[in-house]
Amino acid sequence: MNLIVLLKMVPDTVEELNVASDGKSLDSEYLRFKLNDPDEHALEEALLLKERVGGKVTVVALDAPEVDDVLFMALAKGADRAVKIPADQASLGTVATARMFATFLASGGGQITPDTLVLPGSQAIDDLEGEVAAYLGEALSLPYVGVVSSVSPVNGKVVVLKEFSGGMRGEYEVTLPAVLGIQSAEKPPRYVPVAKVRAVMKSAKIETADIAPPELAKALVVERMYKPEAAGRAQMLEGTPEDIAARIAGLLTERGII
Amino acid sequence: MSAAILVLVEHLKGTLADITFEMLGVGRQIAAAQGGQVHAVLLGKDVNALAARLGAADSVLLADEPNLEQPSAEVIVPLLQQLMAQKQASLVLLGGTNASFGLGGQLSARMKVPFVNFCKGARVEGGSLVLTSQLFGGKILSDVKLADGKGIVSVYPGAFPAEAGRSDKTPPVEKVAVPPGSPKVVFKRFVEPDTSDVDITKQSVLVAVGRGIQSQDNVQLAEELAQSLGGVVCASRPVIDQGWLPLSRQVGKSGMTVKPRLYLAFGISGAPEHWDGMQSSECIISVNTDPKAPIFDGSHYGVVGDAVELIPLLTDRIKAKKG
Repeated sequence: MNLIVLLKMVPDTVEELNVASDGKSLDSEYLRFKLNDPDEHALEEALLLKERVGGKVTVVALDAPEVDDVLFMALAKGADRAVKIPADQASLGTVATARMFATFLASGGGQITPDTLVLPGSQAIDDLEGEVAAYLGEALSLPYVGVVSSVSPVNGKVVVLKEFSGGMRGEYEVTLPAVLGIQSAEKPPRYVPVAKVRAVMKSAKIETADIAPPELAKALVVERMYKPEAAGRAQMLEGTPEDIAARIAGLLTERGII
Repeated sequence: MSAAILVLVEHLKGTLADITFEMLGVGRQIAAAQGGQVHAVLLGKDVNALAARLGAADSVLLADEPNLEQPSAEVIVPLLQQLMAQKQASLVLLGGTNASFGLGGQLSARMKVPFVNFCKGARVEGGSLVLTSQLFGGKILSDVKLADGKGIVSVYPGAFPAEAGRSDKTPPVEKVAVPPGSPKVVFKRFVEPDTSDVDITKQSVLVAVGRGIQSQDNVQLAEELAQSLGGVVCASRPVIDQGWLPLSRQVGKSGMTVKPRLYLAFGISGAPEHWDGMQSSECIISVNTDPKAPIFDGSHYGVVGDAVELIPLLTDRIKAKKG
């Protein structure tokens, strides 16, 4: 199969996020970036499919801080080809990003063959304008399913499981080529030792695909960005861990739980 | 300006989802401020009986056909496109749920109107509709204005009161036809969750673990604590994705919604997808190393500290109390 995985860097929400002085964007000074979680799963699902049925895995990303490390990591895990589109991801909205990927895929760079699966992560935490996967399906006129957690090739098609709520999943049969937004892979994303990534950095290359950003204003205008005001706040328990354990045990006794 | 609002009704296995009423409620609120009608779009297989419960809408646009069980985007999007034109709708409200996931992007691309995701608030200000979106795992809110009032909006579940969208009125029903096509995405069946494991929705004590639990070995510590309390262990998505606990233990948007007497959250930051599934717990005690973790905003008690250190101490305390 021709497996194309789209990777996106997002701010790490473990770090504190602050609003910039314009009041309409994130303060980038202390932002740390990481690979969007579902994208990591999309890569894993592609690698699992390659192991199962053969094929080639191409990873593609727009330029963003630390994206080279992520592309080399993908190669170290088993991707065959890594491509960077040197356009600043942060300045493009979801819709423009999807257009750029669509242009890449429609050009010689990507080549959508009859056995192609395009695998973006299902969504990202900064998807104000919606998910890249949905726009991409539309731009390429390919069928699209999101929130996918399992992909099985069967008779030239794929059978996928889409998550609903309450642990329920729906099984769909999808004609190829297709775009599938991956929520989680069938196995946890594999670990790759740093030494292996370093070795790949020396031996492999990241290709560059120059694609002009589309003439497209951001569809949405942000009036204001701000931190939410907490509706409430927990009563904080302080002290040594032993004290805290005793306090919690006391609370549970008061409530008749123990 | 008075233009129509379409609400895509969500239902699963013959039951209307709460998000349907939440959307009807916010649709009514916007229509009250701007004028215009609210139409509920109901499509599916054997769903016509549900129309009577959608009285908060001015009308129900119904497509009830055998091949409409869990239709894919390529069936729903052209129908919504057609209805937007017919009803001169400026707004389409979709559930911010897995079921409706992705429809907004496709519809927005076709209709060339903006899409607003994760919508938690709506108000009319100086004649314009201003929507509030929740971004970055609940850490940032963003206000966006729909300049000409047109847009596709994904409504965050639980953000608006469902009561505002319930009514005893019987709405007029108009049948609509789904545009023909040969779908490339075909629904086959539902895969039910594994029922051989314990049902976490029926437990009165849950010990929940998140990314902060760090390793599978530490999940065992949580197991011991749960046992001492007569409860079971559950988890947020990252732990399930690591394969440390089975899918049946997942709490949140794709997983289960739980309301135990006690929810002990260890190493869980409280991302909206998790919060959705446990916010109605009677007592929430959270432990996290990050003093700014959103989970503390909704918990009853909080501890800034290392879950892995605290869990065994708590287990010992509880065992000692029980004798």
